[in-house]
Amino acid sequence: MTDSPKNEIDDVTGVETTGHEWDGIRELDNPMPKWWLYTFYACIVWSFAYWIVMPAWPYLTTEGWTYTKGVIGYDQREVVARELGAIAEGRADEMQKIATLALEDIAAEAALMEVALAAGKAAFGDNCAPCHGSGAQGSWGFPNLNDDVWLWGGTLEDIRTTLAHGIRWEADSDTRQNVMMAYGRDGILTRREVADVAEFVLALSGRDHDADAATRGAETFGEQCVTCHGADGEGNRELGAPNLTDAVWLYGGDRASIIESVSNGRSGVMPAWGERLDASTINALTLYVYSLGGGE
Amino acid sequence: MADSATSLERLAAEAAGNVRAAADPHGADGERVTAVNSEKNRPLYASRVKVYPKLVGGTFRRLKWIVMALTLTIYYVTPWLRWDRGPSLPDQAVLLDFPARRFYFFFLEIWPQEFYYITGLLILASLGLFLVTSVAGRVWCGYTCPQTVWTDLFIHVERFLEGERSARIRLDRSPWGIAKLARKTAKHAVWILIALATGGAWVFYFADAPTLAADLMRFDAPAIAYISIAVFASTTYLLGGIAREQVCIYMCPWPRIQGAMFDEESLLVSYKDDRGEKRGPHKKGTSWEDRGDCIDCGQCVAVCPMGIDIRDGMQLECIQCALCIDACDAIMDRVERPRGLIAYDTLSNQQRRKAGEPQRLSILRPRTIVYMAAFALVATIMLVALVNRSTLEISALPDRNPLFVTLADGSIRNGYELKILNKEHRERIFRIDIEGLEGATLTRPALAGEEGSTVLVGIDTLRTVKFFVSLPADKLDRLRGGEGMLTFVATDLEDGTRAERTASFRGPAQ
Repeated sequence: MTDSPKNEIDDVTGVETTGHEWDGIRELDNPMPKWWLYTFYACIVWSFAYWIVMPAWPYLTTEGWTYTKGVIGYDQREVVARELGAIAEGRADEMQKIATLALEDIAAEAALMEVALAAGKAAFGDNCAPCHGSGAQGSWGFPNLNDDVWLWGGTLEDIRTTLAHGIRWEADSDTRQNVMMAYGRDGILTRREVADVAEFVLALSGRDHDADAATRGAETFGEQCVTCHGADGEGNRELGAPNLTDAVWLYGGDRASIIESVSNGRSGVMPAWGERLDASTINALTLYVYSLGGGE
Repeated sequence: MADSATSLERLAAEAAGNVRAAADPHGADGERVTAVNSEKNRPLYASRVKVYPKLVGGTFRRLKWIVMALTLTIYYVTPWLRWDRGPSLPDQAVLLDFPARRFYFFFLEIWPQEFYYITGLLILASLGLFLVTSVAGRVWCGYTCPQTVWTDLFIHVERFLEGERSARIRLDRSPWGIAKLARKTAKHAVWILIALATGGAWVFYFADAPTLAADLMRFDAPAIAYISIAVFASTTYLLGGIAREQVCIYMCPWPRIQGAMFDEESLLVSYKDDRGEKRGPHKKGTSWEDRGDCIDCGQCVAVCPMGIDIRDGMQLECIQCALCIDACDAIMDRVERPRGLIAYDTLSNQQRRKAGEPQRLSILRPRTIVYMAAFALVATIMLVALVNRSTLEISALPDRNPLFVTLADGSIRNGYELKILNKEHRERIFRIDIEGLEGATLTRPALAGEEGSTVLVGIDTLRTVKFFVSLPADKLDRLRGGEGMLTFVATDLEDGTRAERTASFRGPAQ
């Protein structure tokens, strides 16, 4: 920017000015600070070295886009795979124990149990949370795993069986299987009979009901429902038939929901996780679910 | 003192040459004395001129030796002191244990959430600094600041290897040769060794010193230890060896803050111009009438590690190390005038002397009394807090997902994560009870490993345990708007110490 051969020299500093002036303020033409300049040069050298050493430039080949791989062949995917491998290797012993030991023995060993619960929690978040909720709180049609109600049993072994083989999962021959028939839709009961049974079910759990209708419903209940739900309505674990006298309702316990259940039946499905997850994960999940507070 | 034989006349003659010194900061023969950092000798756009402090003997130099020995000993020895805390706890007296999140200081043990003790200590340190500064100026800067102590140490190394002030100036001017190279190399080598020892001592505050020392020797210590040593060694070398007085003048905020702590009653290292002026060379045997006691020998400047002239008055660059007092007292003895031409003096006394009034000191004055009162107050608060430090704390974190669970019998259950802190150096067993929510019962999850409501908490640790509280269906009316309160109580089964924590209990909104 120096147009004149020699710019003015500043009186105070003795430094040449650039010839730029703003409102009487003139700019000194000091050199760059050396440390700054050398850092800048070092950065330039560094960037060239970086292009050679590390993956850097994209280029087009006949097979599509690729990039210069760099002489050390650094690849972040490999790093991640290696790190994950190292983690898996680091806890291989524990996971092996969790896969093979009896569930009670895992629970008895505090350090192992800690690993199992952590693994179970992670696996739960990945696989179970979409239906059962992140806190295993469940929702309509998906059981709350924190409570003390277990349709198919709440012992460690029961929970593992449910996890491994699922419920009404046809691809698994050992899956838990039962049918709540669609009494109304299939014409087994009339609408009136369905309504009466619903009144009786309401009476079972001590809620407001029409006593006359409930008495009529009791008769129908005795004919159609006792096989699974039992004479007193307390259900049957063997068959996965829910207890109708308790306070927990998977599909709602109000009159309309009960009529809906009796009319159209219910047949929720849980996948058989045994075919997707390994033994250690199934066992870890079993212990985690059990530890949520409802285990029997 | 290589040039102790120098006659006073020669000193004075040298000083007279100071006028020419601006172009050649140290004088052609290296014996002339110029305050290179004095404001009039230091143009804004000039590079730093090196300071060559001369060694001086005297009261304050002795004091500085003692303070240096004391502070360096404290710094290097402290990590090696042992303090028995019983098994499974570190036996290092002072230890900042980051992995275990504990700070051990002799009988004290601070957990991270008790960091306010450190805050209190820092407040005390600041108030102490304010108090000392208002009484006697920059005592901290002059005697105890690490920058001063290490710079002093580095200057002594330099003096030992390169000689006294004049020899050092000559050495720096002389062309490079084997001898110069050898001396300079030796000096920097010793500096680097001191710097490494400084950085080395630093890391011992963060890990068990004997173990870490052995690991360091075997090159088996964590990388962060070597990095810390490298960082502290290089800063020690740079700040103490190379940058020196520039740290105090340009980098440190304290010289700027101190102005607010001085007043006219503060004892500051000062030149008594009322007695010293008019200054000038004095020939032995001539009269002292009609002139001041200052013979302008420049010794106060020669010994100054900051490169200033105390006779210019109070200035930001002065760290008040009092070495000029020693230098001047020695000269006053030789010219048989009373000591104390440069001395700790107050602005008020300067005024009083000029007005012919008697001098007096007022150490106790509103400013110092306020600082003392504030110091006492904070110290008392700290002490009370320390004496009442609880060794048992609990906290209760209610589960949020789900907030509550309806059980088969219609009762409502909440889950809580209880954290129990046992700060004592023994295992303790606590009984957990709940109060304040009628009808509620306390249970523990299956597989908890422990039965009932007792919890064993290990030595000096925090334990997290899960508890459930259930409220029967017929007691749900105790909840207002779906919320009730309950209190967890942890009781030490041995000595009955209790700790409480209130938490909310959630249920369906009725």
